[in-house]
Amino acid sequence: MLRALLLTLSVVAIAHAELCKPDAQNAFKVRISIKTALGDNAYAWDANEEYLFKAMVAFAMRRYSSKSTTQISNVLLCNVTDRVSFWFVVTDSSKNVTTVPGSEVEAAIRMNRNRINNAFLLSDKTLQFLKITSTLSPPVEPSTPVWLIVFGVVLCLIVAGIVFLIISGIRKHKKKNKESTERENLEEKVEVTLENGIPCEALDIKAGHVNGVFAADDERFTSL
Amino acid sequence: MVKLQLPNPGLEDRIPSHAELEVLEKEEADSRPKWDNKAQYMLTCVGFCVGLGNVWRFPYLCQSHGGGAFMIPFLILLVLEGIPLLHLEFAIGQRLRKGSVGVWSSVHPTLKGVGIASMFVSFLVGLYYNTIIAWVMWYFFNSFQEPLPWSSCPLNGNRTGYVEECAKSSPVDYFWYRETLNISTSIEDSGSIQWWLLLCLTCAWGVLYVCTIRGIETTGKAVYVTSTLPYVVLTIFLIRGLTLKGSTNGIVYLFTPNVTELANPVTWLDAGAQVFYSFSLAFGGLISFSSYNSVHNNCEQDAVIVSVINGFTSIYAATVIYSIIGFRATERYDDCFDRNILTLMNAFDLPEGNVTQDNFEQMQQLCNMTDPATFATLKFETCDLETFLNDGAEGTGLAFIVFTEAITKMPVSPLWSVLFFIMLFCLGLSSMFGNMEGVLVPLQDLKIIPSRVPKELITGIVCLVCYLIAFIFVLNSGNYWLTLFDGFSGSIPLLIIAFCEMFSVVYIYGIDRFNKDIEFMIGHKPNIFWQVTWRLVSPLIMLVIFFFYFVVKVNEELLYSVWNPSYEDFPKTEKVEYPPWVYVIIVILAGVPSLAIPTFAIYKAIRNHCQKKNDRAGLIATSETSINGNLKYSS
Repeated sequence: MLRALLLTLSVVAIAHAELCKPDAQNAFKVRISIKTALGDNAYAWDANEEYLFKAMVAFAMRRYSSKSTTQISNVLLCNVTDRVSFWFVVTDSSKNVTTVPGSEVEAAIRMNRNRINNAFLLSDKTLQFLKITSTLSPPVEPSTPVWLIVFGVVLCLIVAGIVFLIISGIRKHKKKNKESTERENLEEKVEVTLENGIPCEALDIKAGHVNGVFAADDERFTSL
Repeated sequence: MVKLQLPNPGLEDRIPSHAELEVLEKEEADSRPKWDNKAQYMLTCVGFCVGLGNVWRFPYLCQSHGGGAFMIPFLILLVLEGIPLLHLEFAIGQRLRKGSVGVWSSVHPTLKGVGIASMFVSFLVGLYYNTIIAWVMWYFFNSFQEPLPWSSCPLNGNRTGYVEECAKSSPVDYFWYRETLNISTSIEDSGSIQWWLLLCLTCAWGVLYVCTIRGIETTGKAVYVTSTLPYVVLTIFLIRGLTLKGSTNGIVYLFTPNVTELANPVTWLDAGAQVFYSFSLAFGGLISFSSYNSVHNNCEQDAVIVSVINGFTSIYAATVIYSIIGFRATERYDDCFDRNILTLMNAFDLPEGNVTQDNFEQMQQLCNMTDPATFATLKFETCDLETFLNDGAEGTGLAFIVFTEAITKMPVSPLWSVLFFIMLFCLGLSSMFGNMEGVLVPLQDLKIIPSRVPKELITGIVCLVCYLIAFIFVLNSGNYWLTLFDGFSGSIPLLIIAFCEMFSVVYIYGIDRFNKDIEFMIGHKPNIFWQVTWRLVSPLIMLVIFFFYFVVKVNEELLYSVWNPSYEDFPKTEKVEYPPWVYVIIVILAGVPSLAIPTFAIYKAIRNHCQKKNDRAGLIATSETSINGNLKYSS
């Protein structure tokens, strides 16, 4: 009895070793960078973390294919290194000693990537599935681009400024016109015409000097 | 001492005498606008001089020409070239109390062309300078979001990766060349107007109109903010920069002197050109600004103060910029190193934290010894801090690519982005005030526009015309046009105008008369330093710079850099030759202002000659009307 049990266990172990090895068919390499992601809050990668990983992969498979046949024991891990990288493969319990096709595993992990990342407090970059490309999330875009809003505010300020300055300019101009017409009515504007730099009025002034040489001696003038 | 004095009959009639100036001063009967206080005048001049060039041209020159050693030619030429020219412009404006056209026509009617050339240059420079402000506003509008739009690449159609152009270059490059400029691959490919840039251009011209609507009445108020805010922001950035890792690398790199560079004539040429352009001389704006001063304002002191502030600002801004560039270079260096460490770790499955920057080389050798086959397949990048520091570009590349990338790496990036672009906006706007002054006042002096038209309308029309012409710069090929304008309209003509200005004041106006004027205005005759520099040293330096500049420009192959995603060395820019019709444009840009001087001189000389023939027929009594005895000067 015991010998039969030992034999089955060893067969299973060998089978598992065959299924999960680097570059095996339908196997995926995972690389985890806990220290890069968490710094001082990094946790150590131990058997419990491996158990959680197996559970997450099983969860992903269950959600994807929606048949509750995948167990934690179906997920095999091997070649765990200090880097924290390892290979895993998902076996199919319904068919003996075979692995679930890689495409199914890939699709399942892709669908639940976010949940898996969050379970380990990591991101797409720090929990890498080397053959599975991640879909990049688009940036959040608001309905109106932010810059248009700021532009609108600035433009309104500019228009308000222009209108205010023009109106105050017109008002000042009107006030100045009114003031200057009032001033004109009060004082007389003295317009002085200059002839060769000498004010004309000075030339006309009757109280000027009369040159005796040309004093009116009418008789001296030749009569017509 | 050379006491050459060219004959200048009739000078006394064209300029107000000292007695008349005293009368104007006492009775405040001058119809010209006036500064509210001295601070406004100083802030406006400082704002005009301190511009984008202090922030993005000087640091690059400093670093590429031997760091701390560049200070020597810079400071020497500042003292020998910058300060004398500045003092000259301030004094002549304050004495003759007119804008650039008025001043030079007063000195001699044939020199009107100098003023007109200044006006053309101010106009051409104003056109493209405001477009740079529009770009700054675009970045400013986009800074109010976290994360900043230039921090990551947009995703491609099926969301499997990033857009190819962005993945090959970088998110900041992509945002600048594609999402902002949407640049074409050559200057011939004009494309269409980019509507988002057009909106920003409208904003830029709108703000400028608001600030210059009534001349110095409104700009005098605006400069309280636009001239002081950049210093505040620079100080904030300095404090922030010094607390970042790697900033001291940048500052050390900037100021490390390399004395051998002093033997290189290009260093001295670049220093001279930088001093000259940095002072915004020959634009006519400074002459206008000082003409609004009171007659006895101490223009000598003002010139020295403004020059010192300008020089200090250049050095201060260089320190700040390079502290941030040092931070960026160190970040890039660390990233590069981390990538190498990751390559090694992943290939050999080493635990995290075992390989650090310090023991990387040892671990490399260890791994090579344990498994040479695998090691040989690994590709390591070369990480050199100096290459990253050298990457500090100049011009728009510095502001919109290098600095914006550095900002994305700082915590609370939107705040720093907003501050940085407000600073650039203020620096650019205060320089635009001087440009607008240099365009509007000559228009007034030329009496093209009837004086009945209100100032607001003239300013509006000029802004509108400039705005419409600036549509060229918001096409797909706009950046290429801008580089063209920058290279040719604001370089050679300015040197010619400045030389003519010096020559006119010293030899046509008369250095003796000028000395007496300054003695009248500030109370003492200018000392031997000013005499030597005005008569000999500064014109000589201008001539040498002009000569070398001209020779270099004419001999160099006219190539321009093009952003071409299908270029084999992409993301490096491709150097392409200009198409032949561009040479015509270059000749117009550089030639029209320069040739305005001799053209007007010949035109006036011919007109005077014809008029003299008519004048010989008898004495004509001139009858002029005056109101209340105040004479109005004609012509």
